[in-house]
Amino acid sequence: MRFDTKIRYDFVKNRKKFFTFSIVLTIIGILSLLIFQLNLGIDFKSGTTMDTVTEQPVKQQEVISVLDELGYSEVPTVGGTNNDRISVRFGDELTNEQTREIQTAFKASFGEGASFEVNVVSAELARELAVKTIWAILAASILIMLYVMVRFEWRFAVSANIAILYDCFVVVALFSIFRLEVDLPFIAAVLTTLGYSINDKIVIFDRIRENLRFNPTRNEKQLTELVNASIWQTMARNLYTVLTVFIVTLFIFLFGSESIRLFSLAMLIGLISGAYSTLCIASPLWFEFKKREKKKKTTGGNARPTDQPIV
Amino acid sequence: MVMKRLLAFSVVVVVLFGAIIWTSPSILKEVKLGLDLKGGFEVLYEASPYDEGGVVTPESLKQTAKALEKRIDESGVAEPEILPEGSNRIRVRLPGVENEEEIREMLAKPINLTFRAPDGTIMLDGRDFKENSAGVAYDNFNRPIVTIELKDGNKLYDVTSALVGQKLAIYLDEEMISDPVVNYPISGTSAQISLGDAKVAEAEYLRDLINMGSLPLKLTEKYTQSVGAKLGLDSMKDTVTAGVIGSVIVLVFMMLVFRIPGFVASISIITYAWLLILVHNWLNATLTLPGIAAFVLGVGMSVDANIITAERIKEEIRSGKSMISSLKAGSKNSFRTIMDANITSIIASIALYVIGDGAIKGFALTMIFSIIVSVITNIYLSRFLLSMLVQSNAFMKPKFYGVKEEDVRAL
Repeated sequence: MRFDTKIRYDFVKNRKKFFTFSIVLTIIGILSLLIFQLNLGIDFKSGTTMDTVTEQPVKQQEVISVLDELGYSEVPTVGGTNNDRISVRFGDELTNEQTREIQTAFKASFGEGASFEVNVVSAELARELAVKTIWAILAASILIMLYVMVRFEWRFAVSANIAILYDCFVVVALFSIFRLEVDLPFIAAVLTTLGYSINDKIVIFDRIRENLRFNPTRNEKQLTELVNASIWQTMARNLYTVLTVFIVTLFIFLFGSESIRLFSLAMLIGLISGAYSTLCIASPLWFEFKKREKKKKTTGGNARPTDQPIV
Repeated sequence: MVMKRLLAFSVVVVVLFGAIIWTSPSILKEVKLGLDLKGGFEVLYEASPYDEGGVVTPESLKQTAKALEKRIDESGVAEPEILPEGSNRIRVRLPGVENEEEIREMLAKPINLTFRAPDGTIMLDGRDFKENSAGVAYDNFNRPIVTIELKDGNKLYDVTSALVGQKLAIYLDEEMISDPVVNYPISGTSAQISLGDAKVAEAEYLRDLINMGSLPLKLTEKYTQSVGAKLGLDSMKDTVTAGVIGSVIVLVFMMLVFRIPGFVASISIITYAWLLILVHNWLNATLTLPGIAAFVLGVGMSVDANIITAERIKEEIRSGKSMISSLKAGSKNSFRTIMDANITSIIASIALYVIGDGAIKGFALTMIFSIIVSVITNIYLSRFLLSMLVQSNAFMKPKFYGVKEEDVRAL
């Protein structure tokens, strides 16, 4: 044994299980996106949302009757710590006058001190925003791939990229499966996932690269050992980092404002998925690519010197 | 020697925290909050030509944005943001606006440039001018004049012959900009406006105004968001409190697990947060909800940088090296990892900044700053502080670094 590392769990040997799990999750995600699509919030769908904070507790039925009088059939949700938050989503783009009318009625019924947040979006713009986000993520991932290719090698670049795109997708897929609302901050959460995820991958690949430099591997067994050792050498760092960020995000999720709750949930999902994909997807994927290269070399007979990692 | 290094360390930390505590209240007060946090009004306009067959040029969009800015300034709204976006959009952000309806109505009006007779009759309006044709020239005395060109020469002749010897005042909306006198009837489509001893800047202003008026754009609201001041502030307070509690727990955790490096990390992370807000203020950036997300990500990456270094130092200590060489090797080996991770994140952020707009841009920008500040504090400051402590020889036992004595191997 060349690595002074206790391998408590063989990630490489069990890679097929992880791959299967992730592929199944991806397929479920794709199906869910195709069938149920995303529960698009106002930022992505034409219409109007009106959030109201009142000074006194309100009952849902009261809000319904106020809306009903004005001729709206939308069903409001009432929440907040003491039932002082009303949220109504209108399918139409309300005009200025309509909004004012509703606000006046709310003030008359629930107190003059009511505070409002109104969002109006046209459909075309929302679609454009979604498309732009996807482009932004793809462009970012391609640039990341190029950088990793230059600093490391293409196998690392491809494995890392598959893993980070998978993480971003998992966040989107879980939001589709659980019918959670997708709004503008959600995009920020997906982008944050991208940031964390790539950070994790670089750390572990850097370790693999370093181990590779001092321990040339001759066969699959040695390569397996190298990847596992690298994973376990960086395990403490991975756990600590994920744990610390998890704590901060969890606090924001639990005690932060209503408007940021789904956002922090998306970040939590991304965080967990990122940690998982680093250990169970990115590193084993790299192993798969590298293993193939070894095989080619031994069968080809015309062996090149071992790939030296670029430093 | 021990005391000297420790003293130096204490002085650095005391000075640093003194500065942080002393400046924090004013820095926090200066943070420019986005309207999703402080309340206000945002609207995205799509501009379309007023006349059929017209086109929206980058020039006309810029001019229209300028005109909106002027209108908003006159209404007394503080710190408006008016940004032309893409080929035909203008985004307007008005934090802290109360009389939203009025301002919305005022903004949606097209630019209205009129030329009026002394009795107030409108003789010409912006659309009578050839698009974007006004320019600045100089008369024989080298004084600036504004040259104009009209679509219809007959109309110009009619107007000027009716008003010889009288003033033909130029109005933007209801504000008089200039009131030149008509000296003689002008035939043809070109004319010039003499401004007497006016400065070049005034002539240029009038030129821009006429060009702006010749290309009136119709603005349609595509997206509006208005946040009540109380709602925004509530969100902000809860979120910041939650974030601070979470961060304090993380710092305590770092100190428990990593001891000396954890203690140093806590100092760096607090400095990082302070410096980031400071930089944010210097750049006059606005803090929004997605910005807070980037901030949290930044804190995470800072913690990570410290953890990577601390873990690496632990490994080196375990391998049996001395404290000082463990620190050196640990710092050196972790530097590359951290830099690679940070550079990749910067690259991703730049891509997001270039491609995204609105919220994505804000997120990416905060992200870029936070990485730069993080590298400065969590690599260089951490290392500097840690090396002072290690070299003081006061903390020579592995347990000060979270390593168990029995785990240390003989070299």
